[in-house]
Amino acid sequence: MIPTYNTTFLLAIEDLTVSFDGFKAVDGLNLYIEKNELRVIIGPNGAGKTTVLDMICGKTQPTEGSIRFHNRELIGLPEHQIVRAGVGRKFQTPSIYENLTVLENLEVSFPRGRSVLGCIAFTRTKDVTERIHKVAEDIFLADLLETPGALLSHGQKQWLEIGMLLMQEPQLLMLDEPVAGMSAGEREQTAELLKRITPGRSIIIIEHDMEFVARIAHQVTVLHLGKLLAEGTMEQIRQNPKVIEVYLGH
Amino acid sequence: MQGFAGLSLFSVLLLMALGLAIIFGQMGVVNLAHGEFMALGAYTVYLCSSLVHTYAPALAGSYFVFAIIIAFLVAGTAGYLAEWGLIRHLYKRPLDTLLATWGLSLIMQQGFRLTFGAREVTPVLPEWLMGSFKPTDSIDIPINGVFVMGLTLLLTLAVWTFMYRSRLGLRMRATVQNRTMSGAVGINTGLVDRLTFALGCGIAGVAGAAFTTIGSTGPDSGSRYIVDTFLVVVFGGTSSLFGTIASAFGIAQGQSIAGFFLEGTMGKVAVLLGIVFILMLRPQGLFANKVRS
Amino acid sequence: MNSLYQRLFGGKRGVLNLVVLAALLLIVLPLSLSIFRLNLVGKYLTFSFVALGLVMLWGKGGVLSLGQGVFFGLGGYCMAMFLKLEASDPISTKIQSTPGIPDFMDWNQLTKLPTLWLPFKHLPFALIATVVVPALVAFVIGYAMFKRRVGGVYFAIITQAIALILSLGIDGNQGLTGGRNGITDLRTLCGWDIRSTHAQYVLYFVTCILLFVIILGLQWLLSGKMGKMLLAMNEREDRVRFSGYDVSMFKVFTFCLAAALSGIGGALFVLQVGFISPSLVGIVPSIEMVIFAAVGGRSSLYGAVYGALLVNTGKSLFSESFPQLWLFCMGGLFIAVVVLFPNGLAGLVEQLTQRFGPWFSKQRQPEAAPLVALSGAHTEKGTNA
Repeated sequence: MIPTYNTTFLLAIEDLTVSFDGFKAVDGLNLYIEKNELRVIIGPNGAGKTTVLDMICGKTQPTEGSIRFHNRELIGLPEHQIVRAGVGRKFQTPSIYENLTVLENLEVSFPRGRSVLGCIAFTRTKDVTERIHKVAEDIFLADLLETPGALLSHGQKQWLEIGMLLMQEPQLLMLDEPVAGMSAGEREQTAELLKRITPGRSIIIIEHDMEFVARIAHQVTVLHLGKLLAEGTMEQIRQNPKVIEVYLGH
Repeated sequence: MQGFAGLSLFSVLLLMALGLAIIFGQMGVVNLAHGEFMALGAYTVYLCSSLVHTYAPALAGSYFVFAIIIAFLVAGTAGYLAEWGLIRHLYKRPLDTLLATWGLSLIMQQGFRLTFGAREVTPVLPEWLMGSFKPTDSIDIPINGVFVMGLTLLLTLAVWTFMYRSRLGLRMRATVQNRTMSGAVGINTGLVDRLTFALGCGIAGVAGAAFTTIGSTGPDSGSRYIVDTFLVVVFGGTSSLFGTIASAFGIAQGQSIAGFFLEGTMGKVAVLLGIVFILMLRPQGLFANKVRS
Repeated sequence: MNSLYQRLFGGKRGVLNLVVLAALLLIVLPLSLSIFRLNLVGKYLTFSFVALGLVMLWGKGGVLSLGQGVFFGLGGYCMAMFLKLEASDPISTKIQSTPGIPDFMDWNQLTKLPTLWLPFKHLPFALIATVVVPALVAFVIGYAMFKRRVGGVYFAIITQAIALILSLGIDGNQGLTGGRNGITDLRTLCGWDIRSTHAQYVLYFVTCILLFVIILGLQWLLSGKMGKMLLAMNEREDRVRFSGYDVSMFKVFTFCLAAALSGIGGALFVLQVGFISPSLVGIVPSIEMVIFAAVGGRSSLYGAVYGALLVNTGKSLFSESFPQLWLFCMGGLFIAVVVLFPNGLAGLVEQLTQRFGPWFSKQRQPEAAPLVALSGAHTEKGTNA
């Protein structure tokens, strides 16, 4: 397929392929995300889900294809520039700064003072503190601002990482298994949090917990062996015979 | 005989790089004392030589080959002990391993100085290693150079065969590539680590033995080539045996040729600068396998 | 936590550290030592400038450089070149075949001053060069390496190679650099005799004052966002990159900072000791400078100063009485600070104060010890001030 040069989609992935020593982890993938959409990507292990996120955020370079964000080509840009363009990525294992407090974790993610000089000149002004408090409330950690990251529970670390991304004010948020290791209650809270933050941005989530997916997804994309297997609402996916055979079971 | 001097340097560098490639390239351990293990091998040969000439002069012609084997064993054992006593505590901390092995090298150097004196020593080489081989009037090939080269080729082949064709070699590679799984299938990873390190040091010992045929040995002989050796390994791409060989050859020859045109140490400076420059452009070395992103 | 006072001095602990060191360096030592020994202390303090740079680069930033001697030497040579040119005016050198050029150039049959030396006739240029030249070299090396994500052990080995290159290069160019003997016989700084006792006292105190200024400046830097960023990058570089930071530029910055500090140390060294040679530039001195920082506690600023003082004092004492033992001790020291005392002196002090010092401030220190191991260092709480 010929890449579209002008797209109104927030994120337009076309013909995306990456091959490692001959093995195609992702093969000719087309994926389109609208604004204000919450898309969940599911699929068996090895389907290439995490690899797709890796390529969007610049961690991995694809061998073919195009990724356009706000109509701007992302492939080839260094990671930090992709972040500054408005893409936030949460990793599978919680990736927070254990030696900093919750407040400092959030402060460091504030999108100012990210250059060397900016960093030296940075001061914690009122707008920074206000934003930190607002985000901390969103992620249920308002009472734990002075706690070092290392002392948070697993679920709280996941929330903190989401909070750190929120501080960056991303237009595209990518979460890799955000509720892995969480209790049922925490999953509910996370579902509610995600629904709350979707307006104004788009979110891509990789998940395995089907109940959770059903609760939050607008659209679901199913990947298998690096290719698109099916796409639709949760209902449609649940009834799709190919998906059942490959992933959902009877 | 510029070409040949380069080849001798190549042999020494390659032997040292082989040992280091196993330790650094395979295990990821930085051993700044590697040169001292080489010196240990050289001093062992010297010791054998002194003993033979004092107590059993009849063996003067034949002892040398045995001395090389003894050098391998001595250096290997020392390496085994070093791994057990020091290195294994520092596996997850490569920068700290750097410093600790530097400390070890200082201790070993001073040990050599106190035991053998600060002046350089040479073993008495057997007759058959002296002189040169003259196929024609104008070509003059020193025999010790041929011997060193032959030894190098033999050892390179032996290492390759061992690593890629033997069970223990397989276990070594498995441990390095996936420690947890190797442990799970019953490989004694601690022992394998120790043996791998010992093997690398043993090879350095042989390098030292070979070195005695082309130069004299002093307490700081080891440190003379350590930076070069690391550069050889890094330049060649740490995962490729062929890369190590090509890199050692290139660097040794480069130094010889440069030494011809530029006076004194500037030849070495030029080559080092070249290597560093190339590494800045291509940090994975010349022959690194395609890296999975 | 954000006021200038807090950021400069870092709370009660910081003020105490400053007062103790100031008392030691400015009062106790000058009163109790002969000028000869005080001059030695001054020399050791110049090494602590390098150690301070390593605290920033290695202790905080997690990047080990085994080639800081390069920058120390570059700074030293810049200053030495100015001083040598001053000592080589046509009148003092009139017995040479070519008057007006340094003696070693004359011995090497040079007939005019090499172009490289010309700008060093001017003091402002030389002063600026002692800081800018090392920083510039660090920028080039750092940019090439860090942009390509070269770090850790590879980077350390490259810095070793560069130290070797520079020391060999200086060695082999006797006409240009004074060769192995270095640049010696330096006498006056703008007419002021730097070898006089009076001058030695002045230079000692200047070194001390500069040291304190730099420590306070670094503390200010670390107590702000930069300190947190260095901590974050050391712990989790990837996450920092994905928060929108160009991590390589931060490493370049820290490397240049460490280089500039080392350059200043080198210049002060030349002023106090009166010569510079490649023996301060190569692999061995560069690795020794790391041990100064390590002994003090690799991420402690004040520790760096004490580490440099202690190791060098030990070296002098041992070399006088037990020269054979010294290298064993050095080697053992390297192993000990890595295996037994990763947080060095600062760590030991922290352990002692925990036992005896409930009357120290209980508020959270600006840089409390890492709860999670960084670069494998042990998690016992070391002072980071």
